[in-house]
Amino acid sequence: MSIPAEDAFSAAAPTPATRANGEESIAVQLDGVTKRFGKIAALDDVSLLVRRGELMTLLGPSGCGKTTLLNLVGGFAMPDSGEIAIDGQRVTDVPAYLREIGITFQNYALFPHMNVAANVGYGLRMRRLAKAEIARRVADALALIKLAGLEDRKPRQLSGGQQQRVALARALVIRPKVLLLDEPFSALDRNLRASMQVELKEIQRKLGVTTIFVTHDQSEALSLSDRIAVMAEGRIRQLGTPDEIYRRPVDRFVASFVGDVNVLRARLERIDGAIATVALGAARVKVPSRTLQGATTGSIVDLFVRPEELRPAEHGMAVAADGIVAAQSYQGGHVDLYVDAPEALSGRVLLRVPRHEGMSLWRAGARISIALAVDEAIAFRPA
Amino acid sequence: MALAGFRNGLIVTGWASSIALVVGAAFALALDRYDFRFKRALEAVLLSPLVVPHFTVGLGFLILAAQLGMARGYGVVVACHVVLVLPFVLRSVYISLRNLDPRLELAAASLGAPPHRVLTTVTLPLLVPGLVSGWLFAAILSFNEFTASLFVTAQRTQTLPVALYNYVREYADPSMAAISVMYIVVTATLLILANVFLGLAKVLNVEHPR
Repeated sequence: MSIPAEDAFSAAAPTPATRANGEESIAVQLDGVTKRFGKIAALDDVSLLVRRGELMTLLGPSGCGKTTLLNLVGGFAMPDSGEIAIDGQRVTDVPAYLREIGITFQNYALFPHMNVAANVGYGLRMRRLAKAEIARRVADALALIKLAGLEDRKPRQLSGGQQQRVALARALVIRPKVLLLDEPFSALDRNLRASMQVELKEIQRKLGVTTIFVTHDQSEALSLSDRIAVMAEGRIRQLGTPDEIYRRPVDRFVASFVGDVNVLRARLERIDGAIATVALGAARVKVPSRTLQGATTGSIVDLFVRPEELRPAEHGMAVAADGIVAAQSYQGGHVDLYVDAPEALSGRVLLRVPRHEGMSLWRAGARISIALAVDEAIAFRPA
Repeated sequence: MALAGFRNGLIVTGWASSIALVVGAAFALALDRYDFRFKRALEAVLLSPLVVPHFTVGLGFLILAAQLGMARGYGVVVACHVVLVLPFVLRSVYISLRNLDPRLELAAASLGAPPHRVLTTVTLPLLVPGLVSGWLFAAILSFNEFTASLFVTAQRTQTLPVALYNYVREYADPSMAAISVMYIVVTATLLILANVFLGLAKVLNVEHPR
């Protein structure tokens, strides 16, 4: 990355480290925001604080309200009630063109009648900057996204990945207060997606620009985000770091939406304050008791276990469940085993085993005993 | 005589299709962007010249012009033609608007473009094919319009088809055939120019540019 490229955006918001905590460090604030379409509340009394410089992901299935939230922050729609503030300034009814927001859309929405340089420079022309200044900043931006030399191409002459970069440069070159990304990678193929994700994260961190990222892809959310807001039915179900979301989901929805998960029928054995013990076969596992409010000792609970938290039992290990391998799926580095077991509430039990072991030992039809590879998990009362 | 008709035809066509373009584009924008009461009804009224016989429209305009005491000048001919070609402009611009990705306008707004600059830098440039095709259809139809024109034109304002009609009634000579050839040549030239500069498929909305 060249020095002038960095300079292109140097006036962007200060990096989070240079800011004191408190009011100053909040870039976007939503306060009790509700947005209805007809009778349906697309957003239902949502409050959210996005810290300066952080990459916040809105994750959820389609129709959960994440795009509506993005549109409200972008100024493309007005909330029915509630307030929105950017950098401490109330912007609830400020139109989009005065908000200093950068946005990229799922289909990139590049202006088809303009070349790359004109696309990237559009926001600067709207700000009536001098021609030389525009040319310099466009060149710097194109250098940053590694597209120097393609200034004269039209969008339709670019590959998907290149269009994506142009869209990003166009949004960043205006030094936005907040960058909004709407499903930016969904149109890219798998390999390109991974490398673009890394690159986006790099650019975002380098510029320190506050970013709100909308996706329905949980693995994307886990790998990119500083924090994730998991949304469903117009509400935020859980807000936390990727690790908190993955390991400490607050409810069944979050647990099953983020990452693969096995739901197993287990028995609540004991509650000791904040920790409860759950029995699955001969195995014992600790779970937080707060998600089991009202369950009595001895009752049946649903134990949520990630595939990598299960393993084939070796001699001497406590067996959690016995089953028969129904199918195996070769994944390169590891093998996914699908096991029929009576304890499984979510279809089959999925577990991941190393390649060599999976290929030699656990053919379809083999009997398998499953053990827990962890001593902590999470459980919920039966739905 | 035919020359006067040709000149009148150009005047009427030029004004009628240009006015229809502005009015039609404005209505198309309103129909595409806004929800209001009687929207369906307005659309039906705007498209109704397609189903009302030109004969009736022409007669109606004649009676109206007479009652208003308007001299039978270009005004009534142009007004009549505007009404007749409006549906074609409207359809053409409306389809282009439908094909326009609204996110392009949102992107422009997010980049700091106030509404009027979004219109001039993004919306209108992308609507050019639709506007051109609307104007072209309007011009061709207006230039060839006979039935209604027969009612609303006077000796001084005769358009080419009316002039030809009057000519044929009195003379029989090959100039008719010659003028018809000129007609075809002019129309074909317009279409070829549209094809060269804009791509006919695009202008006629056959393909949807994305």
